[in-house]
Amino acid sequence: MQIELYINHQQVLLTVQPDDFLVDTLRKQGLFSVRRGCDTACCGLCTVWLDGRPTLACSTLSFRAQGRHITTIEGLRHEAEGFARFMAAEGADQCGYCSPGFILTVLAMKRELANPGEADIIHYLTGNLCRCTGYQGQLRAVKKYLGVAECNM
Amino acid sequence: MFTLLNIAQPDTQQEAYRLLTAKKSNVILGGCAWLRLGSQTIHTGVDLSKLGLNFIKEYDTYFEIGAMTSLRDIETSVALNRWFSGILAKSVQSIIGVQFRNVATVGASVFARYGFSDFLTALLALDTEIELYQGGRLTLAAFVDMPRNKDLLVKVIIHKTSRTAAYLALRNSQSDFPVLTVAVSRLDGAWKIAVGARPTRAKLAAQAAVLLAGAGRDVPPDCLRQAAELAAEELPFGANMRASAAYRRLLCQTLVQRGLTEVTACR
Ligand SMILES: Cc1cc2nc3c(=O)[nH]c(=O)nc-3n(C[C@H](O)[C@H](O)[C@H](O)COP(=O)(O)OP(=O)(O)OC[C@H]3O[C@@H](n4cnc5c(N)ncnc54)[C@H](O)[C@@H]3O)c2cc1C
Ligand code: FES
Ligand code: FES
Repeated sequence: MQIELYINHQQVLLTVQPDDFLVDTLRKQGLFSVRRGCDTACCGLCTVWLDGRPTLACSTLSFRAQGRHITTIEGLRHEAEGFARFMAAEGADQCGYCSPGFILTVLAMKRELANPGEADIIHYLTGNLCRCTGYQGQLRAVKKYLGVAECNM
Repeated sequence: MFTLLNIAQPDTQQEAYRLLTAKKSNVILGGCAWLRLGSQTIHTGVDLSKLGLNFIKEYDTYFEIGAMTSLRDIETSVALNRWFSGILAKSVQSIIGVQFRNVATVGASVFARYGFSDFLTALLALDTEIELYQGGRLTLAAFVDMPRNKDLLVKVIIHKTSRTAAYLALRNSQSDFPVLTVAVSRLDGAWKIAVGARPTRAKLAAQAAVLLAGAGRDVPPDCLRQAAELAAEELPFGANMRASAAYRRLLCQTLVQRGLTEVTACR
């Protein structure tokens, strides 16, 4: 079947099979930042935005993207780099495999939550797994990035 | 991984139901988060996107939640969470993560009656009805005990009674499946105690509720403990990889007692 959608603000026409999932459809388009970590809906590595909402690409059928807007980290390069610097400064990035999904979730959180506290941040980021690091460095990076740092560290 | 041969996007509920029942292997597609983990071959997946079932509507005396509403919408609905001590948000917020809850739907979570379902447990402790396309309207409590058949869940209806409620669950680790789920509520003297992940479907502890009903407005702590013990006695528990039946029974007593205490503390 054919679907018409927007990927990073560009209109594209794609042919997909009924059981194609977004993670594969997007990677076929060369968007290799979209990763598959677990393929069981547990790790958050495959996160993309669907109409601005962070969504698991491994669990979303591609045909459902008909007429909708998909954003990957390629479409938020400048903002993503801004946050990546905070991650690097905290030593919270290692192999980087989980970074695109994680960063997309952080950027979505920044838009969705007003003045989040530490518990709100942890809650929003639960479901994003990283096999390399613990999560303290990531949390420090997020807090500094959002400007809610220091007070309870 | 499942195989899906065709997609149908019906314009009416009638057509959706016709398609669903046209072939044994036809199914309704919710968010597909669960379906995709199976290995079945589906002839036609019935997509409900065109039926306008993505809504949370507030009326004077009840809420209506459409089948295609996401669990994240439940979590963030300000209107919904002004009611029932906010237990609906509480019940869904430990299900994996935000991205997952943006995918998983209300219709599937209720219709599938998963034993481990957090949301089903919370709904069961409220005054909840569901509307099925074929089966019509019925109480959730009646539906939970019904055998499986093919139908289309259209919406969930929750009556705005002034129930005070509490939701508790134990997980071995954050965002894992629950080991036990408990939802407790009180409307005047009438109590509901729902326990899920036993590991089977959530069930109401009827005898414990009756015991509490006789205890009046200010239930003495002793009576709360007795009711919690009774709930753990009257409900069946089983074992799975997460916990033994004996552990679940002990846990049930503790969580129910905490839930009851929390509700009695609400003024
Ligand atoms: C890794 C993982 C962890 C999970 N952990 C938890 C947890 O801790 N707590 C918890 O409560 N849940 C948990 N879940 C379950 C989750 O809540 C369900 O997967 C979700 O509710 C299913 O939603 P869905 O819309 O993706 O369903 P789908 O996969 O689309 O559908 C599931 C079933 O429901 C049917 N269906 C869908 N919509 C309708 C409808 N309107 N009418 C009739 N039938 C319908 C489908 O045909 C299918 O049989 C977990 C799931 C996964 C994959
Ligand atoms: S690959 Fe999608 S959640 Fe892990
Ligand atoms: S940095 Fe390697 S998986 Fe997260």
